[in-house]
Amino acid sequence: MADTTSPSAANRPEGAERLSEARRDAMRGEPPYSEAPPEDTRLVRALKEGGITAALVAALTLFFFAFRTDIAVGGLSLTASPVVWIIAIAIAFAGRFLLTYFVFAGDTAVVGGWKKVAAGTGRMPIGKILGVLLLFIALTLPILLPQFLPSQNRYLLNLGITILTYVMLGWGLNIVVGLAGLLDLGYVAFYAVGAYSFALLATNFELGFWVCLPMAGLFAAMWGVILGFPVLRLRGDYLAIVTLAFGEIIRIVLLNWYEFTGGPDGILGIPEPSFFGLEFNRRDGSFSDFFGIEYSPIQKFIYLYYIILALALLTNFVTMRLRKLPVGRAWEALREDEIACRSLGINTTNVKLTAFATGAMFGGFAGSFFATKQQFISPESFTFIESAIILAIVVLGGLGSQLGVVIASVAMIGGIELLRKLTVLQAVFGNDFDPTQYRMLIFGLAMVLIMVWKPRGLVSTRSPSAVYKEKKTIGADMVAQGEGH
Amino acid sequence: MLKETQNWSANPVLSVEHLTMRFGGLVAVDDLSFNVGRGDITALIGPNGAGKTTVFNCVTGFYKPTEGRIALRRDQAVADGTLAELTKSGRQYFDGDKGGVFLLERMPDFKITEVAGVARTFQNIRLFGGMTVLENLLVAQHNQLMQASSFTIGGLFGLPGYRKAAAAAKDKAVEWLRHVNLLDRADDPAADLPYGAQRRLEIARALCTNPVLLCLDEPAAGLNPRESAELNELLRFIRDEHGVSVLLIEHDMGVVMEISDHIIVLDYGKKIADGTASEVRSDPKVIAAYLGVDDEEVDEVERDLDVQTGHSASEGGSQ
Amino acid sequence: MEYFLQQLINGVTLGSIYGLIAIGYTMVYGIIGMINFAHGEIFMIGSFIALTVFLILAAIGITFLPIVLLLMVIVAMLCTAAWGWTIERIAYRPLRGSFRLAPLITAIGMSIFLQNFVQVTQGARVKPLPPQIQGGITLMDSPSGIVVQISWMQIIIIAMTIILMVGFSLLISKTSLGRQQRACEQDRKMASLLGVNVDRTISLTFVMGASLAAVAGMMYLLYYGVIDFYIGFIAGVKAFTAAVLGGIGSLPGAMLGGLAIGLIETFWSGYFSVEYKDVAAFSILAIVLIFMPSGLLGRPEVEKV
Repeated sequence: MADTTSPSAANRPEGAERLSEARRDAMRGEPPYSEAPPEDTRLVRALKEGGITAALVAALTLFFFAFRTDIAVGGLSLTASPVVWIIAIAIAFAGRFLLTYFVFAGDTAVVGGWKKVAAGTGRMPIGKILGVLLLFIALTLPILLPQFLPSQNRYLLNLGITILTYVMLGWGLNIVVGLAGLLDLGYVAFYAVGAYSFALLATNFELGFWVCLPMAGLFAAMWGVILGFPVLRLRGDYLAIVTLAFGEIIRIVLLNWYEFTGGPDGILGIPEPSFFGLEFNRRDGSFSDFFGIEYSPIQKFIYLYYIILALALLTNFVTMRLRKLPVGRAWEALREDEIACRSLGINTTNVKLTAFATGAMFGGFAGSFFATKQQFISPESFTFIESAIILAIVVLGGLGSQLGVVIASVAMIGGIELLRKLTVLQAVFGNDFDPTQYRMLIFGLAMVLIMVWKPRGLVSTRSPSAVYKEKKTIGADMVAQGEGH
Repeated sequence: MLKETQNWSANPVLSVEHLTMRFGGLVAVDDLSFNVGRGDITALIGPNGAGKTTVFNCVTGFYKPTEGRIALRRDQAVADGTLAELTKSGRQYFDGDKGGVFLLERMPDFKITEVAGVARTFQNIRLFGGMTVLENLLVAQHNQLMQASSFTIGGLFGLPGYRKAAAAAKDKAVEWLRHVNLLDRADDPAADLPYGAQRRLEIARALCTNPVLLCLDEPAAGLNPRESAELNELLRFIRDEHGVSVLLIEHDMGVVMEISDHIIVLDYGKKIADGTASEVRSDPKVIAAYLGVDDEEVDEVERDLDVQTGHSASEGGSQ
Repeated sequence: MEYFLQQLINGVTLGSIYGLIAIGYTMVYGIIGMINFAHGEIFMIGSFIALTVFLILAAIGITFLPIVLLLMVIVAMLCTAAWGWTIERIAYRPLRGSFRLAPLITAIGMSIFLQNFVQVTQGARVKPLPPQIQGGITLMDSPSGIVVQISWMQIIIIAMTIILMVGFSLLISKTSLGRQQRACEQDRKMASLLGVNVDRTISLTFVMGASLAAVAGMMYLLYYGVIDFYIGFIAGVKAFTAAVLGGIGSLPGAMLGGLAIGLIETFWSGYFSVEYKDVAAFSILAIVLIFMPSGLLGRPEVEKV
């Protein structure tokens, strides 16, 4: 392995060699064989570390904070804004200085020593209470909103629909990533298949939403199997990359197959769902006409809201049910150790395929809903970023945790959207400040931080699927994730 | 002479014939043949690197052998003719009313456990650490439960047939937990158990698949003497009460000599001895292999021993 | 024939850029077994730094091209290397020893962060840069009117890639740093017991990968004359494909894979369809991973039971 003819070994400076020899000699005697380096005082060390961090931040951000290039007449223009840069450096210095001085006072570890997770012996009634509370809020939201925030009713309801769509997608992906331990980076492909199946069936054959919904789910599940079959032999990280490739291939095909999908123009005029044949409009025979109430556009939104809520709850119900069935237990076993699974007579290919297909099916349902809600779809909505957002929600919430997905969706989609409403921020950052611009930035950063700090996400305990006497939650440090491939 | 009466020749559950496994240029197992008797505890021993685990991996389907036949007879009544016919037919197994015979080298690993009934444990324990002890045993009953849940559909709606099967599976798991002394830890995550308990759990988990043959890869490794004794008890119980044949790899000679009905010794991928504990113990080739004596010296020792004991030491190896 | 030759030259140029990025993937995979998904973004950051340096130099009146190029490459390499180092330090090092998919997930998070960081600070619109190095050598001037030409820029890219490759191979095979790196690749724990500073070696691997990506980024900028915050994603996936195709963990493999992907892409767009050129790359990625995961020059993996 190491080549003995290398020159550098021989060219080592003599002084260093002599020093190491001296040390070796000293080792035979009494320890310590070399004097400890003089300890810096806490202040000096904090200053030093702060200085290094500041210098690093200066180098990193020089070309991003201090200078900005923009397209101008006759080429690019360069604007310098050193103030932001200097502020960033100052913050870095101060932050690092304070951290070193107060937090890391004892040891030199920077981030390495953070990994201590309490073994989960405590039970989680909080989780259950929170779950019931969230469910109650979700069920009554369309009633609560006009009472408390009538002016924001439509906007908030729409936001609620978006959040629930992500909750559903998160739950769907959670089956694949959280339970079965297969990192799927192309989940948006199934979302796209669901959306396009519905859109094409509806526009070409004039079928309604409720007829198409199961078909879209089946199509997506079928694609899950088709795409899943060749890749399931692959190891975890390779599988992730290939699913990404498949997702992108599907998007590019949708973009370029003009005759079939409308290419970048997408598909227009997708019908809205009807309530047992009653449509939501002002005409005769519509929902409002039938029930003899006054027409209001909000009725359609309330209806859409309850559809996605029902779909999401169905996803949750099925997932919770499956976890307690042999197939769900096999998913979790697969995540823990694939080889052990095979030694127990479990056909791991089938287990993976069912996970893929089930996850894809829910993605397909969500896709149909998206199409009917937007009434327009184009490949723009199905980029890798979308997959990454869904994955981020699952990762942040806690791999395998249903409640975590809800919390993460509400926080990341709803929270950032609501930041926009805070006038305080505009006062600080100026009028054109738009927090949604930073959404993906925060998403990315949060993914990194959560993984470093709490690799199994916000809700990281696992509750067992079968109980003999007493139900105990299982701490995050026990649960494996895609090991043993 | 003794041959005819030996269980492993007369009534083998597993016959390994001319098994060869090459990894590139390395020959890990070289033309190895042996039988495992029905209802026996058979030990596969040998110095480190002798190819024992490779044999295991071939038997359990994790490796595809380069050459050779590995036949498992689930029931006694399988004629040699059936086996020959099956080998020629290119099929994986024959499963009739009167008995089944399985060519393990042709079957994928999970099928070997599912259909042929061979279960195994691993040298470095492979439990589902984040799942409870009970869940581990339920995962092992996946195939039966899957059928009972009519492939999930019935289970999803909670049909009575599935509920009954699920309760039965739990009972079976509890039963085994009682036997391996882990019932009070049933709801703890498997990774939380001490080492010895994890070994026992892995054995219980393998047994939940209803095996005909149980393959244990160093079950006593890392156990203290008391735990070793308990392991012996457990293995005898498995053999006597459940009629499961056991094939084990072990370095702890105390365990091996005490419980084995039949011992096979490997060295450099070849069989150097095959017989009962007392036969193997006095075999000079075995002693030489373990102590690292030169080949010439072995011949010498052999000649001496031949004179003394009056039976050919190389007999076992020349099958 | 002329068309073919021209495509060949274009393909080799493109392949050189992919190859340089692929080295970063392959080295990191070799040493810590993770797919550094953010490496494409490192390449993108390199090209942005190079662009800004160019504009700063133009603003202060330095226009002598060799000096400009030299400064661009040095500053881009240094600053991008700092990015590589920092990313490893805060996002990957704390996760060593965590579950297997954890670093891949952080890498994806890092990639999203970097993309949006650049988008927020530099704007979402594309940045065009007029060609700085023009002209070239005409190799063939056929009567049919098709000219086969290799531009100076292409010559610079190919020459630069060759120089970096040779230097790099020497670094890995001859220096003590390279030896430490190979030792860590084989057995990290053993290497650390023998006194190799594993953390430092891994950091240096990221630093080297990032500086090569910075060179690739600068050459991309000069060759195509247009960059945006999104170029890292596609280029990253293609370079990763190159690394896998060549056999992940193998340096010559990365270069070979890069050339192969560059040629396939160029010929695909030249003879079939430009729209589906990314499909070609993605399909190759899937096919290679599924049917020959050890690539052209890689070692096959044996499943340990």
